[in-house]
Amino acid sequence: MTGRADVEDVEDTEDTEDTGEVPVVDTGVYPAVRLPVIELVDVTKVYRTGTLEVEALRGISTVIEESEYVAVMGPSGSGKSTLMHILGCLDVPTAGTYRLAGEDVSSMTEVELAEIRNRRIGFVFQQFNLLPSLNASRNVELPLAYAGIDRAERHERAQIALARVGLEDRVDHRPGELSGGQQQRVAVARALVTDPDLILADEPTGNLDSVSANEMLALFGDLHASGRTVVLITHESDVAAAAQRTVRIRDGNIQVDPVPLGRSR
Amino acid sequence: MNWTETIRTGLSAVITHRLRSALTILGIMIGIAAVILTVGLGEGAQAQVANEVNALGSNLLIVTPGSTTSSSGVRGGFGSASTLTVGNATALGSRTVAPDIAAVAPTLSTSKELTYDTTNWTTTVVGTDPSWLQVRNETLAEGRFIVQRDVTDHAAVTVLASTTAQELFGFRDPVGQTVDVGTTPMTVIGVLNSVGSSSTTNEDDQAIVPITTAADRLVGGTTRDKVGQILIEATSGGTLSAAYQETDDELLALHGITSPGGADFTITTQQQLAAASNSVNQTLTVLLAGVAGISLLVGGIGVMNIMLVSVTERVREIGLRKALGATPRIIRRQFLVEASFLGLVGGVLGAALGITGALVLPHFISDPIAISAAALSGSIAVAVAIGVAFGVYPASRAARLHPIDALRSE
Repeated sequence: MTGRADVEDVEDTEDTEDTGEVPVVDTGVYPAVRLPVIELVDVTKVYRTGTLEVEALRGISTVIEESEYVAVMGPSGSGKSTLMHILGCLDVPTAGTYRLAGEDVSSMTEVELAEIRNRRIGFVFQQFNLLPSLNASRNVELPLAYAGIDRAERHERAQIALARVGLEDRVDHRPGELSGGQQQRVAVARALVTDPDLILADEPTGNLDSVSANEMLALFGDLHASGRTVVLITHESDVAAAAQRTVRIRDGNIQVDPVPLGRSR
Repeated sequence: MNWTETIRTGLSAVITHRLRSALTILGIMIGIAAVILTVGLGEGAQAQVANEVNALGSNLLIVTPGSTTSSSGVRGGFGSASTLTVGNATALGSRTVAPDIAAVAPTLSTSKELTYDTTNWTTTVVGTDPSWLQVRNETLAEGRFIVQRDVTDHAAVTVLASTTAQELFGFRDPVGQTVDVGTTPMTVIGVLNSVGSSSTTNEDDQAIVPITTAADRLVGGTTRDKVGQILIEATSGGTLSAAYQETDDELLALHGITSPGGADFTITTQQQLAAASNSVNQTLTVLLAGVAGISLLVGGIGVMNIMLVSVTERVREIGLRKALGATPRIIRRQFLVEASFLGLVGGVLGAALGITGALVLPHFISDPIAISAAALSGSIAVAVAIGVAFGVYPASRAARLHPIDALRSE
């Protein structure tokens, strides 16, 4: 599983220059072109239920760059879930701009969002959300099927992704025949298989025992080490501690956001 | 996501919920089988009527005494006595009067007991002339038919239809034997071939005698040249209406009737006979098909019900699929495929059940059931259409689900 092609990186550089965000280019021995994967500019989200208006997000601005490992932390009701939905393109902001890998997704239609989710984001949910009737391999193949990739290639890529999470000997098992930790690893394989720009994990350790949870965090650490961009949403500080950077939100605002590593250099 | 993938997904969902799918399919299946069987019964009855009518002869016109009026049914002419005579029949047989008539056979029927040795058998005795064989499209199995001489001589001879011969003589040869027709001893001169029986009249159970013999020895009555019916064969199917017109004109003239409304006879064509029988059958078929259609509708509602349950139950799955990149269109398609698959399987199984019923039922009921390929493919198409039609609403509901709400539900 290698990273994206260099050509694409160059194009992305132009995109980001247009938006005014100048990425820091490391001109050292190891070229590391750091690009913003996520750019949130003054994002607000207002829910209307009848006459009642709830401001879930009150102007969030942040940048998450390629290969970063970020934890978004906050108590329940902080707007953390809403932020996750917007980051995951499951919902659109009421106001503000959200660019995902250079693409402005704030005003996309449902169909466009579906395509973005498929291409750019790999989800890992607290509930695993595997389809019980499909075996591990078929579950992992699912996003590739929606991308219109043929069966042979799908199968091959699913095997690689499952091997990446250490489940090469469990490809034919159904979720019911796997432990919680193994199920979540299948979910991670499913998130990886499309080679997305962003892996978005929503309380991925919430339903796991501490051993599996640690294995899961080790896996995320591993993915990060291999250059993946990981955003992990949690309310547990020891889970957040595994990340490079922790963004704390409260009442729809960012409370603490350390300077992104890329820009600190 | 291409179609094969969508179909695979839809099928696996159907297979996952086996019992529920099976019950839904059962609903469609019963509806389709009911439709196929009722339509088959209707078509079978129509085919039977067509056979019966064709068995009467080809290009046949039947002239009966009295005239029908549209509202009050049969009105007997001249005090219900027959208005048709042998003379009328002879006149119609003239080539110059009626060039489009090939043959004319007057008939005079009565019911008599036939006795041979110790065996007796009650049947219809038909007095007629030699043309009858041609007009009725009958053939001789053995012996000879009535000839003109028998008619002139009022000969005491009879030709038996196959069933009648069988009943009276068993496996013995009837030709040359003497049977008592009523009280009159007659010599059997021939036996007719079987033409097949029908539910209403048995053409294979009758005895044919010369019309003159029937008039003086069997029927009796004052006027010896009255006839019960005149059977007319047109020269071809194309001249049937011309023959009809010639018969009508000639009889009106012979009877001295000036206004066509005052006719004291009725001319019936085979088509009219068939139409009269079929109209009854059709009413029954439409009624039965209506009931069957309702059961099919109930089956369709069953599909809708199960699809709605399926959507509600799989809200999480739909949400996940959407999160992974499924567009509303793909979700809608997936559920439509599921619904139409239920319809298709129900349709195919229903057709199989219908065919089985069509093969088995005629052993228990007298009516034949005709299953046509058109009815089968049509009903399978209808089953799929029902699946799709009743699947549209549940599928749209699934497609409209918001991924967040769907994923959130526990």
